[in-house]
Amino acid sequence: MSDYRPRILVFSTENVSDPGIDLAGRNKMHYPAKVLVVTLPCSSAIKPRWIIHALAGGFDGVFIAADGSDCSYVADCTQRTAATVAAVQAQLREKSLEPARVKMAAVCSVCAESFQKHMVSFSEALRKMGPAQRGFSGTAAKVN
Amino acid sequence: MEENKRKIGVYICHCGGNISDHVDVEAVRRQVEEKYGVTVARTSMFTCSDASQNDMIRDIRELGLDGMVVASCSPKLHLTTFRNMSTRAGLNPFQYVQVNIREQCSWAHSDDHEGATCKAAGLVGAGIEKAMRQEALQPIRVTSVKRVLVIGAGIAGLRAAIELADLGVEVFLIEKEAAVGGQVAKLGEMFPAGKKGAELIATLLDEVKKRPGITLFLNAELAEKSGHIGEFELEIRIRPVAAPGTEETVRIQVGAILVASGFAEYEPKPGEYAFGQPGVVTLAQFERLLRESGERLLHDGREVKKIAFIYCVGSRQNAETEGGNRWCSRYCCSTATHLAVLARKKFPVARSYHFYRDMRSYGKFESLYEEAGKSGSVFLRFHEERPPRVERDGDSWLVSVQDLATGGDEVSVPADLVVLVTGMTARPNDGLTRVLKLPLGADRFYNEIHPKLRPVETVIDGVYIAGSCQGPKNAGESVVSSLSAVAKAAALLIKGYVDLQPFVAYVKADACAWCGRCAAACPYSAIEQVAYGDKEVAQVVDALCKGCGACLPVCPLDATQLKGYTDEQIEAMIDVLAREAAHEG
Repeated sequence: MSDYRPRILVFSTENVSDPGIDLAGRNKMHYPAKVLVVTLPCSSAIKPRWIIHALAGGFDGVFIAADGSDCSYVADCTQRTAATVAAVQAQLREKSLEPARVKMAAVCSVCAESFQKHMVSFSEALRKMGPAQRGFSGTAAKVN
Repeated sequence: MEENKRKIGVYICHCGGNISDHVDVEAVRRQVEEKYGVTVARTSMFTCSDASQNDMIRDIRELGLDGMVVASCSPKLHLTTFRNMSTRAGLNPFQYVQVNIREQCSWAHSDDHEGATCKAAGLVGAGIEKAMRQEALQPIRVTSVKRVLVIGAGIAGLRAAIELADLGVEVFLIEKEAAVGGQVAKLGEMFPAGKKGAELIATLLDEVKKRPGITLFLNAELAEKSGHIGEFELEIRIRPVAAPGTEETVRIQVGAILVASGFAEYEPKPGEYAFGQPGVVTLAQFERLLRESGERLLHDGREVKKIAFIYCVGSRQNAETEGGNRWCSRYCCSTATHLAVLARKKFPVARSYHFYRDMRSYGKFESLYEEAGKSGSVFLRFHEERPPRVERDGDSWLVSVQDLATGGDEVSVPADLVVLVTGMTARPNDGLTRVLKLPLGADRFYNEIHPKLRPVETVIDGVYIAGSCQGPKNAGESVVSSLSAVAKAAALLIKGYVDLQPFVAYVKADACAWCGRCAAACPYSAIEQVAYGDKEVAQVVDALCKGCGACLPVCPLDATQLKGYTDEQIEAMIDVLAREAAHEG
């Protein structure tokens, strides 16, 4: 399993983290090509069921490149996104899956270097964990 | 499957070699053709070129495409380009999907061609899956009333009110204080025309009074806001001078709001450069002292002959200072040198010593710096980490510094008066911020959408910002931004209607069992409870929804959905990405 390369799904946001991820590319800052990005308007929109869907369906880890305090939509965006992450992690624990497969960090519109570092270290952490168990039942946690 | 009936076109860009040097675009095109049943898949050297756009238009028309995917650069660059192309071709522009295989693929993985090609195939596939599930959307059209609320009757607000009135837009101008003029009204002689701040304001106020279309309320604040761009319902709370202690409420309807609420002068902390002790004043205090002094420059009854200016007080604080003011306040270098010139003119005995970090008297203000030097001002430059020390010396002060201009020699200057060249900070306006739900930057000033492309617009549609509430600006710059905001507001209202982006939330009424969680989660009060058959359900008010999706994760029944980001779309995208990422290659 030494050449195992973890697959990472990133949720980014149109106006905050996506420009930061773009900037990493513009600066030719390399990170693993198994990192794939889905862009949303705001990290407060991320649904637990999407994260579960990704982990059950082939991804080894999900990284939320959150708006953080730069969010222009929701004042407490960080707390809301954190609640989503916590709900998913609790569900993973129940299924005896590693909660560390879901990670969240604020990535601002110029946070290219921090994004790159997160991707390299998250990929390394997932590599040590090994591939995620696939196809577990995907009843999604809810955030209340 | 229904989506197979869709006719999707895909264009993959070489971007010269920016993409194709690292991604095998032909291989991606072949995969797309084999796997997704698209109607047409092509590559192009530059998809954004006129020739390539014309090819797309021809394909859309001749093949009857009902969805289009271009895989090229970041949507920040060409999303609008290709949406416009779609409109010209007769395709619904919201059925166009932009896929970023440059910034987020070829450039980020220029060290891994195989990996980049595999990833590009996944990203394009996900874009196709999204396009296949994207219905045609119409912009949300709402009517607009030709009235604007201008908040703040400083130089920016007064100017805005006059210009809007001249464009035929009715204006309500409200001012929190008992008089108009804001910060500028307090200023003496201004550079370069030499006109006093109060005179400028008086001229503008005369112009305001000449225009019947402007209604001015003093001692007034915005208390409540409902409605949306084009039709805001507002409550203005006024404290009448004639009846102290009472409040009056005026209800108005406007189409747009222009915020010109100004700045606050930085107030030094007690002990910051001996602030709070006699003989230590702020820039504004010194300005007043200079203006109000008669034959001699007196402070606390003592004549001032030597003045020490210490620059960057409350500005450019270093990153380690918790909550520090990182910004340059922009106007203070020019103002301090200007005051030194004026002081010297009025009181020939006055000598100025400037302890500065960097002299930022930009543009025309550079001549003030030059003039200050010629009229005897002495400039001493300090390092950020070694600020000047201010110590009591009998009745006066001794200011000491390691002067970088003379190789770091320790220089001490006796001073009768220490002027702290204080910068601008955001004016505390919690009430207004809360009512308007305006986003603040880390610096607490109001945030525009984009500093270059949309500099006076905010994420709250129909709410514009102008002047120094947005960040440090001098009076001239404030007026320029206020006129920009006038142009945006008037352009919006003169049409009589507003088109809004259609990527808003909606509720699947059949699935909904009204619990109120979505309404509670919505930061914009855009979700209402309505009757639906024999049950109560949630309903989104399109014109209020900003499309953030905060209502999505809280719904226990997956009834709330966001157009363009539905469960179906996102999960289909995730499936494709997972499948492509699984390829070892």
